[in-house]
Amino acid sequence: MASLILQVDGLTVSFDGFKAVDNLNFYVEQDELRCVIGPNGAGKTTLLDMICGKTKPTSGSIKFKNHQLTDMIEYQITRAGVGRKFQNPSVYEDLTVYENLDISWPKQRNVLGSLFFRRDRKMAEKVESVATQIFLQDQLRTKAGLLSHGQKQWLEIGMLLMQDPDLLLLDEPVAGMSAREREQTAELLNSISKGRSTVVIEHDMAFVKMIAHKVTVLHQGKLLAEGSMDQVQSDPRVVETYLGH
Amino acid sequence: MTTPATSTPATNIRSNLWGVGSYLLLALLLLVVFPLAMDVFRLGLAAKYMSLAFCAVGIVLVWGYGGILSLGQGVFFGLGSYFMAMFLKLEAAANADSSSGTALSAFFGTAGLPDFMAWNSVEVLPWWWEPFHHVSFTILAILIGPPLVAFILGYVNFRKRVGGVYFSIVTLALSAIMAIVIIGQQGYTGGVNGITDFKTFLGMDLDNERAKFVMYFITAGLLLLCVAAGAFILRSRLGRVLVAIRDREDRVRFSGYDPAMFKAFIFAVAAMFSAIGGAMFTIQVGLASPSLVGIVPSVEMVIYAAVGGRLSLIGAVYGALLVGWAKTFFSENFVEYWFYFIGVLFVVVVMFLPTGLAGLLDKVRTRMRRAEG
Ligand SMILES: Nc1ncnc2c1ncn2[C@@H]1O[C@H](COP(=O)(O)OP(=O)(O)O)[C@@H](O)[C@H]1O
Ligand SMILES: [Mg+2]
Repeated sequence: MASLILQVDGLTVSFDGFKAVDNLNFYVEQDELRCVIGPNGAGKTTLLDMICGKTKPTSGSIKFKNHQLTDMIEYQITRAGVGRKFQNPSVYEDLTVYENLDISWPKQRNVLGSLFFRRDRKMAEKVESVATQIFLQDQLRTKAGLLSHGQKQWLEIGMLLMQDPDLLLLDEPVAGMSAREREQTAELLNSISKGRSTVVIEHDMAFVKMIAHKVTVLHQGKLLAEGSMDQVQSDPRVVETYLGH
Repeated sequence: MTTPATSTPATNIRSNLWGVGSYLLLALLLLVVFPLAMDVFRLGLAAKYMSLAFCAVGIVLVWGYGGILSLGQGVFFGLGSYFMAMFLKLEAAANADSSSGTALSAFFGTAGLPDFMAWNSVEVLPWWWEPFHHVSFTILAILIGPPLVAFILGYVNFRKRVGGVYFSIVTLALSAIMAIVIIGQQGYTGGVNGITDFKTFLGMDLDNERAKFVMYFITAGLLLLCVAAGAFILRSRLGRVLVAIRDREDRVRFSGYDPAMFKAFIFAVAAMFSAIGGAMFTIQVGLASPSLVGIVPSVEMVIYAAVGGRLSLIGAVYGALLVGWAKTFFSENFVEYWFYFIGVLFVVVVMFLPTGLAGLLDKVRTRMRRAEG
């Protein structure tokens, strides 16, 4: 068995008594690409929120490499190597595509360092290659606010690639994309998930089939099933609660 | 936004040229045109507005780019102003020849003590006045004190994610408190009358025309330096992080930055600019007063920046000069309408010209360029 990069144990969060995630165990291996599926409100986004520090869990433990993430705040978790893409594409709309990628370059992220930061060749090359990967090489000088919804999704993925995280958390990366864009994105995910661990939340089963190694099904904050796509799809509980309708 | 949506290398060069050009034009205006065209009295007024322009330049950084609306820049202006006043007052008190109350103070045995202290029966100089005997301490206090206060205040609040309108209220409260404390502690601060009657700075007679010219040029030079420093910050990666924070603070954390640190930093820079302005104001106008510290002046400073353009450092300077002259015009002619005027001006700018005069100019430029090609 390969080593675990992420170990979530007994994770619970309660919003005014409502348990959005309830005593969940969740393990991700090195270099694995995991899909998390489940009906709306199952707690998928909340799970990622807790891993990346956006939401504080009520109880439980989240271990990433040798860090206990529940003791850290967002920017520390990011610097430790966790990258997060949000459900609604979150890019810096007043900055150009180039600048969005530039400030995601994980160097000199303190005040004085960033004041005297100079773009170097290595960064420029990385920006070029990432822009090509995310199909935005011709839009480097475009304000991110002017991109289409799908392009913003790609740009946000590109920002994560600049960060080069060991664990990539992607929340519905193909939402709002055309069929063609979905295919491109599946290819993109397959190539960028090499050499790192990736967790993808997705609704679109066809898309999940294109990328997943292993699937986790959440329901009402709890783990419903876990296994290969085929195993999960033939699990009667899953069929009943989710895939059935 | 004032910058074009897409920027090719050609438009980049053009906007760089435009930036450098408008900076040189401002320098020409402040360093050559004003001194040649104005008599000493009018030049003194210009110096006064320029002192306030330091605050407006800081507000562009903090509000326009950092997204933090500070209604407390008067506090930092006031700290700079009072620190300078303390030094000048001690120099005046020590200099028997020029001290107006010499005979009296000798009689009461209060020589070397600022006159207002003697009037308020404070007989010993408070310990925290002592270091202001030294010019070097005073300058350091002006340059370090206010930014330090701003940094700590900002960091504590931003770290707890107090932002937006709540932080504006915190700064507003600070302005009010500062004015109240100064007015209340008359024996130590000169109270509502402020601190005035200075005579000399390092032996230089401040009433002398030459001294006024010297101070004017120092102020103009420092102001241009602050504008340049602000431009350097905005063009650095830090500037882009600030814009990112303004637009999506939550996202910036997940790019690995600590937004509280960046916001506190830019707030401190603006505080330093304000304090320099306050010190230069006091040297040239001969006054440190609680009326320049409280809520009203703090809000006026925001209006300077709004009128000039809150995304333009240079615009802020013009905003301060224009509103300053308007204020003088009103107070010479119909004082009572000033508040209505500035209120209406603010509403008009916010509603119809959110990026101020600089934004208007940018629009005209863009349109002209389109017409060209
Ligand atoms: N901050 C919050 N406060 C209260 N309820 C929340 C909060 N965040 C999420 N929830 C609730 O938790 C449940 C799970 O939400 P979410 O994780 O977004 O689901 P999913 O991403 O699986 O669709 C939903 O019922 C949602 O309303
Ligand atoms: Mg969700």
